[in-house]
Amino acid sequence: MNTSTTQGNTHRYVLNMGPQHPSTHGVLRVILEMEGEYVVNPQPVLGYGHRMHEKMAESRSWAGFLPNTARMDYLAALVYNHGYVGVVERLAGIEPTPRAEYIRVITSELNRLQSHLLWLGVLVLDLGAFTPIMYTFEDREKILDILEDVTGSRLTYCYMRVGGVVNDIDDKFVERTRAYIEWQRSRMPMYEKLVTGNIIFRKRIEELGEFTPDLSRRYGVTGPVLRASGVPYDIRRAEPYSAYPEFDFEIPVEHGGDCMATYLVRVREIEQSLRILEQALDKLPEGPFRAKTPKKIKLPPGDASFAVESPRGELVYHMTADGSDIPYRLKIRVPSFSNLSIMPELCRGMLLSDVCACMGSLDLVIPEIDR
Amino acid sequence: MKDYFAVLFTGGKSLIIGMIITLREFFRPVVTVQYPREKLVVTPNYRGHTYLVRDEEKPEKHRCITCGMCQRECPSGCIALGGEKREGVKGLVLTDYRLDFTKCSLCGTCVEICPTAALDFSQEYRAVGLRREDFHYDLLRMVEEGK
Repeated sequence: MNTSTTQGNTHRYVLNMGPQHPSTHGVLRVILEMEGEYVVNPQPVLGYGHRMHEKMAESRSWAGFLPNTARMDYLAALVYNHGYVGVVERLAGIEPTPRAEYIRVITSELNRLQSHLLWLGVLVLDLGAFTPIMYTFEDREKILDILEDVTGSRLTYCYMRVGGVVNDIDDKFVERTRAYIEWQRSRMPMYEKLVTGNIIFRKRIEELGEFTPDLSRRYGVTGPVLRASGVPYDIRRAEPYSAYPEFDFEIPVEHGGDCMATYLVRVREIEQSLRILEQALDKLPEGPFRAKTPKKIKLPPGDASFAVESPRGELVYHMTADGSDIPYRLKIRVPSFSNLSIMPELCRGMLLSDVCACMGSLDLVIPEIDR
Repeated sequence: MKDYFAVLFTGGKSLIIGMIITLREFFRPVVTVQYPREKLVVTPNYRGHTYLVRDEEKPEKHRCITCGMCQRECPSGCIALGGEKREGVKGLVLTDYRLDFTKCSLCGTCVEICPTAALDFSQEYRAVGLRREDFHYDLLRMVEEGK
């Protein structure tokens, strides 16, 4: 590849960003065609972390794929667990117990909160401010402690099972989660002042990387990025699953369609997640945390899809089975892949340092794209 | 011109507010744990490597009946166990239980599937080694040596 070309009066050169770059958050490589300090053509290169998860699903019994789901998106492992057990349940016709559904929602929302908190910290870190990540990690550590107490792990959870979950939550968990909700609510005004109100932060990401709902739709963008362009599309509302229809919560929407709007959507989502958590803890039904299922579950021939709202957008598992306990095919639609594909469109003509900010606001998790 | 100074004023104010928030941290209690000297309590649900649970009545014995369910169900194939037939003992006797912890993903399938609840997660989080073989645990020997 030519690293430098002279066309007419312009001097263009190619700059390689990644695969090991602090602001690509994983092994993502972006080839940037530059003109001075302006990016003319950014091209992401994927596949450095490819572990053929979909193929692995076809070569082992469905239960053996459960630990893999957590390794795709290390920041939303429980949501990925939830989607996978959901698709198996739908295919095999198993009904989880009401308590299990509530526990799944509670743990998934805690997982979403910790993902958003990490994102908030690293976005501001990408922009050069070091302090907020320390505060968000303090909050995040509380969630990880709560989840560790019930799931046994801190990041790559393998907590959900077909028909329910592994461990029941106890009064201590409920108490700690309630204390956490209060704590997080008390922290939000601080973030409002420290990050949202900060003039440098605002000037860096306002009106940066603007996109329209039309552009988002063409690229299949979902999640907070889509909602930032004014489309109120959230799987928890559009295609309600688990216990979500029983809760009262809003879908935060911003109409700016820039990086600031995606930031605001996610921060408001933190508040909505806290609301869901509070209601779920109040309404938590009694009963078994795991439905009685046959020891060996054979997957009946046919197809099933199950969509969940991951912190980054729409996650769909589509499973085809042929009657054995090994899936014939498992297709996983991950949100970050589509969210990344809009990046060249957004970053064309941007300053190099703004590319980092723009990618940070897309909240990419590279292992889930490569999987 | 007026807008310019307005931005300067609100911007400067926002920076000062941020600094006040940061300065407040000086007066909050220290949360750092001085690790080797201080330790946090590990939750009883923590998933360390698996170990063979000792019998409550006879502490020198384990409860494994060598059925091989864990070996069959393990998604990563990290369990290898062997058993033999002995005079006067019903069923198989466990002679070898090896866990390759380098491959284990701590999913908990073996612990759940075990019909005699002979397996459980340990609370060991300080898994450090210089060689790969340091993580090839011999669970049967751990029971015999009383670890």
